[in-house]
Amino acid sequence: MGKPQPILSSLEAKDYKSAVKPIWCPGCGHFGIESALFRALAHLGLPPEQVAVISGIGCSSRLPAYTECYGFHGIHGRALPMATGLKLARPDLTVVVASGDGDAFSIGGNHFIHACRRNVDMTCIVMDNEVYGMTKGQPSPTTPPNWDCKIAPGGTGVSPFSPLMVALASGAGFIARGFSGDRNGIAKMLVEAIRYPGFALLQVLSPCVTFRPEEKDWRLQVHPSELPTTANWAEATRRLAADDGMTTGIFYKAELPLYPATVMEPIDQLNAIETELTL
Amino acid sequence: MNTLVSPMDSVAVAIVGSGGAGSITAGSLLLEAAGRIGWYGLMTRSVGPQIRGGEALAMVRLAGAPVGSHGDHFDVLLALDWHNADRFVDEVPLNANSLILAEAEAGEPPAVIMASGARLVTLPLESLAEGVEEGRPNIVALGVLARLLALPLDELLIVASRALERKGLDVDLLQETLKTGYDAAEILDDSIRALPPAPARGTRWRLTGNEAAALGALRGGVRFAAVYPITPATDLSEWLAVRLQRVGGHLIQAEDEIAALNMVLGASYGGIPSLTVTSGPGLALMSETLGLAVAAEVPAVVVNVMRGGPSTGIPTKSEQSDLNMALYGLHGDAPHLVLAANTVSDCLSATQWAVQLAEALQCPAIVLSDQFLGQSQAVCEQPVDHDGLGVASRLVAVEPGSAGRYDRYALTDNGISPMALPGTPGGQYTADGLEHNAHGIPSSRAADHRAQLDKRRDKLLHYDYGPLWADEEGDGELAVVVWGSATGPVREAAARARAQGLAVKVLSLRLLFPVQPTRLSALLAGVQRVLVVEQSHSQQFYGYLKAHYALPGEIRVLNQPGPLPIRPAAVLTQLLQWR
Amino acid sequence: MTTLVTLEELLAYAQTMEEEAVERYQELTDLMEVHHQKEIAQLFRTMAQIESKHVDKVAGLAADRDLPHLAPWEHQWLDADSPESVPIGQERYQMSPQQALLLVLGCEERARDFYQSVVDSSPDPAIRQMAAEFAEEERQHAQLLRDWLARLPPDAGKKAGRVDLDEPLAQD
Repeated sequence: MGKPQPILSSLEAKDYKSAVKPIWCPGCGHFGIESALFRALAHLGLPPEQVAVISGIGCSSRLPAYTECYGFHGIHGRALPMATGLKLARPDLTVVVASGDGDAFSIGGNHFIHACRRNVDMTCIVMDNEVYGMTKGQPSPTTPPNWDCKIAPGGTGVSPFSPLMVALASGAGFIARGFSGDRNGIAKMLVEAIRYPGFALLQVLSPCVTFRPEEKDWRLQVHPSELPTTANWAEATRRLAADDGMTTGIFYKAELPLYPATVMEPIDQLNAIETELTL
Repeated sequence: MNTLVSPMDSVAVAIVGSGGAGSITAGSLLLEAAGRIGWYGLMTRSVGPQIRGGEALAMVRLAGAPVGSHGDHFDVLLALDWHNADRFVDEVPLNANSLILAEAEAGEPPAVIMASGARLVTLPLESLAEGVEEGRPNIVALGVLARLLALPLDELLIVASRALERKGLDVDLLQETLKTGYDAAEILDDSIRALPPAPARGTRWRLTGNEAAALGALRGGVRFAAVYPITPATDLSEWLAVRLQRVGGHLIQAEDEIAALNMVLGASYGGIPSLTVTSGPGLALMSETLGLAVAAEVPAVVVNVMRGGPSTGIPTKSEQSDLNMALYGLHGDAPHLVLAANTVSDCLSATQWAVQLAEALQCPAIVLSDQFLGQSQAVCEQPVDHDGLGVASRLVAVEPGSAGRYDRYALTDNGISPMALPGTPGGQYTADGLEHNAHGIPSSRAADHRAQLDKRRDKLLHYDYGPLWADEEGDGELAVVVWGSATGPVREAAARARAQGLAVKVLSLRLLFPVQPTRLSALLAGVQRVLVVEQSHSQQFYGYLKAHYALPGEIRVLNQPGPLPIRPAAVLTQLLQWR
Repeated sequence: MTTLVTLEELLAYAQTMEEEAVERYQELTDLMEVHHQKEIAQLFRTMAQIESKHVDKVAGLAADRDLPHLAPWEHQWLDADSPESVPIGQERYQMSPQQALLLVLGCEERARDFYQSVVDSSPDPAIRQMAAEFAEEERQHAQLLRDWLARLPPDAGKKAGRVDLDEPLAQD
């Protein structure tokens, strides 16, 4: 690592933290993600009022109220389309989506695919604790098949899927994974994700201390990728196919065509359009 | 001599054909040509399920005044062929005064059509068409109709060449084809009924209800739309997409209706008036998101072009059966706006007004249109700016936090609290579907819930909706209360009733929620008999009126489900029986 | 291994460590307050106040110097995170004071180890000296915490040991 570079911003991480005290359980990994986001935003020097944090429902989705940014705590699974509409209407804003494994991969699965495909400029943080925390502990699309729980005693018997592979196949151009215990690592990736001109996905493994206490061992299992980020889709496919689910880093970052339009200056007046209808 | 007798100084022509015969095109050109020389008109179409080549029916009604519905009978049925034409028999009522012009080689007309007693004349449209290079029977037929209706051939040629030149048809050959038909119609000499002389021309428009709604949205200030295709709303989105871009806006096709409305909320949260378009099944999907718009107080407009329900129902036909869902389909106590358009051109006013109201009241507005209005082409008066219609204006927090902490959901006198737009320093808040306090912090406390429920209800109740809330015509002890596309046949029936000396008042509601019981009672003062007319099987509108209004005197209901439109004669019969 | 080239860099690291420690302790204070673990909340509040004083102290040392601005991730800590912050995910709902103090003790010991590693690896005597002073301070803090632990009454963890009979509750 070379000589540290000076930061230009006078904003600090605490400038992004609101007075609302989080209700996440003591030991929740989401604290690391919140901290990382604030560090990233401060580093980028983005005034809090220029940032909008959009969320769905779940523990992850409580984040907007804990920030000094604009926020919308919407409905379950629908943060991505809401963020899409906001960014298209207000391309001047920095849009961050806070979602969870249930919110983004189950009810929001459809929107997840199309957000990856559409490539509207935003950053999507999926706080993946492999469980539905907010509703007392149900399996999610990333939960292992043998996790015993009330709603599925003995486990669902259904294997989890690989959200990063789904993202890659759906056309996302920035795919990364982090671990909530490493907030500096997440913060650094978030800076790149926010700077990335397009849809950036950051999955963060975030242990749920209350419903998946065994996840405390994740911090011993996660490890950084030994390979540098690739811009080659086929190579990214190979890496994700071999992925152990515990590797952190930015796997794939490619220059892709941005969603082509937003609300902008008019090229015509309304009465020109009305003339079309006259006989 | 057989004269075609039509009430209301109108003439109704139906054109049927299949396998690419072009009956819809012919009907459309007929409407446009007539419109150009000063007529008003309405054209609807009915088709078989095939994507191409299916049986197709164009129904055109022309008159000296704006046409709000089809009449009770058709004067002319022109058949380019008879394939599967009996599917349309209910939609083209004929009687002994009607004239059927049929392709000579098409064989016998279906017995059920001949049972009407209509007079049949055959014409060799096909062989006449073959006599002209690139000649087409439907253009020959147009020439025939031109003579029958005393329409100048020049006008037909102008509209035909404009429409068909880009499909590669030669103008001179078109002219020849039209003339061939015109000449052949000489044998109908004793059947000609000239249209009454054209009235003075003002600026009139030819447009569909869907186009009118889209334009209303633009006039109201909508600059973002997110939609998912669904019959019969898709052509609204397609028309809007192009025009929206020209005025600096953007339309995006979402992955489903739920995404569409959430995109609308996101854009609206950002400060841009936004809209989505759907039909019944899509509105059902949007229910949860509409509730979010109510709870978080975010403006949004949903244009619902109703079709036959329930479930997949009858996608290509009209019905007024989404009323209950629009009114009551949100979970929780979720006051919101419901409006309805009652003519093709009213689709513009209703939608524009909805945009204004949604923005002013920071809540969602559902605009109920239907397949009949949405997909009918009308020649009508150019919509003028009503009093009260303009560009939407939202109460935006200009310097939030300058007078202390900014409270997005502050309890104000009129219930409307200024909205800070993202990017505005000092106005940061988190919009939430969770119940919240005035600052926007989630709250499960009784006082906060009560306060916010009151706020969201009262902001709608205290608003002055002005004269647009309902259309009132006529006077009398007998009143008809109606909404949406049923208004057209009701107005025609009322006019006929008045012509027979019966005083009838017609009340067509444009604002359905919030209800206006005081104003309705005032408008019905002195009324002793109320006829409710609607196109729903379960009397949804009557149920709504009973629940929220005190209707005076005796009440009767005339209701039928889709797919057939309510006929003026059916309403008139009820009125005359009840004088 | 962290190789710090200037005193300013060392001070920048120290500043980050103390500031992040304060933020983390404040976060833990709020967290424990929200979960009605008042005793533990007070413990962390005390730590936040103590670390605030250390922030001031480092600020005093840095007063006449121009410290480099480092992004949080540009610090080469021994682990992923700043040594003096309680790592993410380590706190628990019903911690005993012993468990909380052990967490804090861990912070001081890691801080000490970090400064010691700077002492062991730096070629610059001025840096080694300052780092050694910092390391010694952290050693003293660690000892204070051990004393604190030793002074805890024997039943200090009793409430924490009492299992919460209520199930975790649904929210949304």
